[in-house]
Amino acid sequence: MSVQATDLAGQAAVAQPLLQINNVEVIYDHVILVLKGVSLSVPEGGIVALLGANGAGKSTTLKSISNLLRAERGEVTKGTIELAGEKVQHLTANDLVKRGCVQVMEGRHCFEHLTVEENLMTGAYTRGNSSDVKADLELVYEYFPRLKERRKSQAGYTSGGEQQMCAIGRALMARPKLILLDEPSMGLAPQLVEQIFEIVKRLNEDEGVTFLLAEQNTNVALRYADYGYILENGRVVMDGAADALLSNEDVKEFYLGLSTEGRKNFREVKHYKRRKRWL
Amino acid sequence: METFANLLGVDPFSIWFFFEVLIGGLMAGVMYSLVALGFVLIFKASSVFNFAQGVMVLFAALNFVGFLEVFSDLPVVLQVALAFIVTMAVMILLALVVERVVLRPLVNQAHISLFMATIGIAIFLEGFGELIWGSNIKPLDIGIPDDVTFVGDAMIQDSDLFAAIVASILVVTLALFFHYTRIGRALRAVADDHQAALSIGIPLNHIWIIVWSVAGFVALVAGIMWGSKLGVQFSLSILALKALPVLILGGFTSIPGAIVGGLIIGAGEKLAEIFLVDAIQTYIYSGFPAAIEEWFAYILALGFLVFRPQGLFGEKIIERV
Repeated sequence: MSVQATDLAGQAAVAQPLLQINNVEVIYDHVILVLKGVSLSVPEGGIVALLGANGAGKSTTLKSISNLLRAERGEVTKGTIELAGEKVQHLTANDLVKRGCVQVMEGRHCFEHLTVEENLMTGAYTRGNSSDVKADLELVYEYFPRLKERRKSQAGYTSGGEQQMCAIGRALMARPKLILLDEPSMGLAPQLVEQIFEIVKRLNEDEGVTFLLAEQNTNVALRYADYGYILENGRVVMDGAADALLSNEDVKEFYLGLSTEGRKNFREVKHYKRRKRWL
Repeated sequence: METFANLLGVDPFSIWFFFEVLIGGLMAGVMYSLVALGFVLIFKASSVFNFAQGVMVLFAALNFVGFLEVFSDLPVVLQVALAFIVTMAVMILLALVVERVVLRPLVNQAHISLFMATIGIAIFLEGFGELIWGSNIKPLDIGIPDDVTFVGDAMIQDSDLFAAIVASILVVTLALFFHYTRIGRALRAVADDHQAALSIGIPLNHIWIIVWSVAGFVALVAGIMWGSKLGVQFSLSILALKALPVLILGGFTSIPGAIVGGLIIGAGEKLAEIFLVDAIQTYIYSGFPAAIEEWFAYILALGFLVFRPQGLFGEKIIERV
């Protein structure tokens, strides 16, 4: 897998990437500068992870691509966003979905009062009344058998894991080339997180869907992704192939909680910090 | 003290009289429901409380009467059909203008701003309607039957029956539309979560236009019904105020709620007017004023606000534990 990952990254430099972001700056409400020049590229057929702490700008990056920023009074003020070589930052979210770029929002955002199946069907809205929607519904149920069992329940009453599956399934119904996946692991049990990422991997390999995923769970994200970018304070501070990042000393220390001396005792860390404050 | 029933010369304890009052009330309630329905549609899709819904009823009725006159040379069926179609076109145009001029610039503003904007729409429409069609009371007659039918000893107005049938058809059609079509599903999705709807490519602007057009259609139907009953006059817009207690009872987000709420308010106020006033005057206080119909609905609504604020059918806020 690691060989393939580096290959993909290598290809990205030569062939045209599916998504290319250059030096993007995002300002909310005309005053709050959130992204300070982010550049990244996502090769076709890849899984790229966007990592970083709370408030680093991961979600904002995804929303600047899918153009959900405007609904939150945010604005791309500098830089370019290209989807398959075409500038897209002036398109509406609707146009972007039609061009195959769908975002799965942080916190799932299922339509609570609609049933699971209705949720999935709304995902196909941009495709009109075409007949192959039914076939795609079956495909989604194949990947998420759990959803088929819960198809008649209101989405608001399903579990967190089921809602995450529902949100991803709903995005799939638009037949996307690129899914922007925002914090799929949020609030889920570790086992479920693995299960969701397994499905993401399968969708990537079998259906050829490209993923750009924002994730705080660095460990899981890097194990499934080919390539990773680490954001801090609205800037990319590090990027590299996933396995290279996983073995990087700084990443280990800051994001994976490991250091050369092995795991630090939590009590010691706390003690050290308390002393430092008094100095 | 003469009671109301005695004045009418009927036996106040007859089951048929009770039945007649009840039916009359329910039929009046159907008319409230028609107005409330328009509110619910717009509230569901955009969380905007559309204060202009009452005026839209008036505006639609004014246009309808006006176009009836324009097409007065044609045979009646054609005349009514043409007036209906042209008025509907006007209501769709109105939806387009409202979306472009009012809703779009106010995206992401506080709900109260949008509410204020709809007050503006209400005032504009009232003035605009008067400017074009004049301010006289106009009779509206499209051949809705105005005989009476007797069921046992109870008298029922045919026009009320007609209104009830029309309202039922309208509600069933809307329910089917909302549950089984792609657009209807999208409307409910938008009602649940704007952001998520955007994220899967549902264009909110289109949804708004559609929902305002549907509300315009409902307003037109309500306008024709009310207009035939009372004549097309500017006090029609005040009827919208009666839709408020209906909404509070039924829940702002529920179409069946708007219907059942309307029926309860309609029947409740008529029954209270006849029987409650009777009882109070006989047993408690003989000087009790008789015009309870005017405020009964609002007191009922107040009770609901205290004990069941989401209404009878309002969507409960789903909370997972």
